[in-house]
Amino acid sequence: MKLVEHFELGLDAPICLTWELTYACNLECAHCLSSSGRRDPRELTTAQAEAVIDELQRMQVFYVNIGGGEPTIRPDFWHLLEYAVNHQVGVKFSTNGVRITPERAAFLASPACGGYVDVQVSLDGATAEVNDYVRGPGSYDMAITALQNLQDAGFSDAKISVVCTRQNIGQLDEFKALADQYGATLRLTRLRPSGRGADVWDELHPRPEQQKVLYDWLMASGDNVLTGDSFFHLAAFGESLPGLNLCGAGRVVCLIDPVGDVYACPFAIHDNFLAGNVLADGGFKGVWQNSELFADLRSPQTGGACAKCSFYDSCRGGCMAAKFFTGLPLDGPDPECVQGYGEAALASGDRMIPAASQDHSKANPTRNQPVMLTLMTRPPTSACAESPLAGFTP
Amino acid sequence: MILDEAWRLSPSVALRPEPFGALAYHFGNRKLTFLKRPELVRVVEQLADHPDVRSTLDAVGVPAPQHAAYAEALAGLADADMIRPRHEGEDAT
Repeated sequence: MKLVEHFELGLDAPICLTWELTYACNLECAHCLSSSGRRDPRELTTAQAEAVIDELQRMQVFYVNIGGGEPTIRPDFWHLLEYAVNHQVGVKFSTNGVRITPERAAFLASPACGGYVDVQVSLDGATAEVNDYVRGPGSYDMAITALQNLQDAGFSDAKISVVCTRQNIGQLDEFKALADQYGATLRLTRLRPSGRGADVWDELHPRPEQQKVLYDWLMASGDNVLTGDSFFHLAAFGESLPGLNLCGAGRVVCLIDPVGDVYACPFAIHDNFLAGNVLADGGFKGVWQNSELFADLRSPQTGGACAKCSFYDSCRGGCMAAKFFTGLPLDGPDPECVQGYGEAALASGDRMIPAASQDHSKANPTRNQPVMLTLMTRPPTSACAESPLAGFTP
Repeated sequence: MILDEAWRLSPSVALRPEPFGALAYHFGNRKLTFLKRPELVRVVEQLADHPDVRSTLDAVGVPAPQHAAYAEALAGLADADMIRPRHEGEDAT
């Protein structure tokens, strides 16, 4: 049996576990896949979070990807970071940079972290103009300051994590140059229509011709670029990109959310993909090993409408979450299928976009909210009709 | 020739048993490697208990014609610092 077939049947513990520590966030990114903003009053306490780490250590989950919300604004974040590292659970955490001060950067570079900590700074544009358009005013400068602080403190090999959008696909070389400038590694991931991403996906997701640009760039320059295995739908262009090239949801991947709910993957925070909770259901191990949802995801899948496509073996039908949140059938093509089947499916018209099952967005907009409007670059073609009765014909 | 040398599992590496063999994780360089055969897992685990690689392979029951393939796999693991050469007087732990 090939290794990938073992993965499809699921492992005893996940390889890639994402843990969102809080729904609270200082930013209000337009495409936030967990619809974060406000803390949830039911979020795990410090003691409960430590118990989860103890269990991960027993299960030999060697590292965890911590995110949010903005994880570093949880007051016990730095404590939990050290706790995990001291219990053989390495940490890679994602941040917008807000708390990466020179002091914290020095701590991250210090022996206390023992080289078991990886920092991933989110940046969705290589220029402030492109980045702040989706992440909000000031967010570019915040991320750059964090990268500068990390570099000055001697923290080596931070990651710059980019969600690829229609607006930034043209900046791939600039992102690489930024990473080189700060001694960092570039990480590119796919925009998912999850959370608030569902509201802006139509406007932000790369156009079909940009998918090819991205694929060609990854093939030519992607050697030292991380992709979190997120572009396996591009494998149908021809050669597979490095990585597992399969949907790991519930098989080798899962997500623990801030209240302890376990979902099949970080991009599928929805009741349909909820497997259980770490505070009930026999803890995380009980959920991972006994949930019916995960058993179902690990059972052999049929290719559905994709089975007859000659590229099915390379892309395996693409991303489950991308299909679900665009209202497409899970056994059909990915909405960004590079063979064009996704566009046809999206256009078919009888799809229903599922309602969100949680939303922690801020109730009222703040000054950090992105304003996704652009100035007109051409003058209007005709003069404004200034009369208050313009166009009124009694 | 790696077969005649003394090796051991790197101290920064943990093995997690899986149906296909094991996951090997290196806490230092954060590399994750899949040991795709249960025999290879036993070889890696027992390297430190035997004077050299060849006697480890014999102890685990790997037939001689497969020794070259195992030597190649072990060389790959050595490149990722999953296993390290063992020096005089050095124990398994």
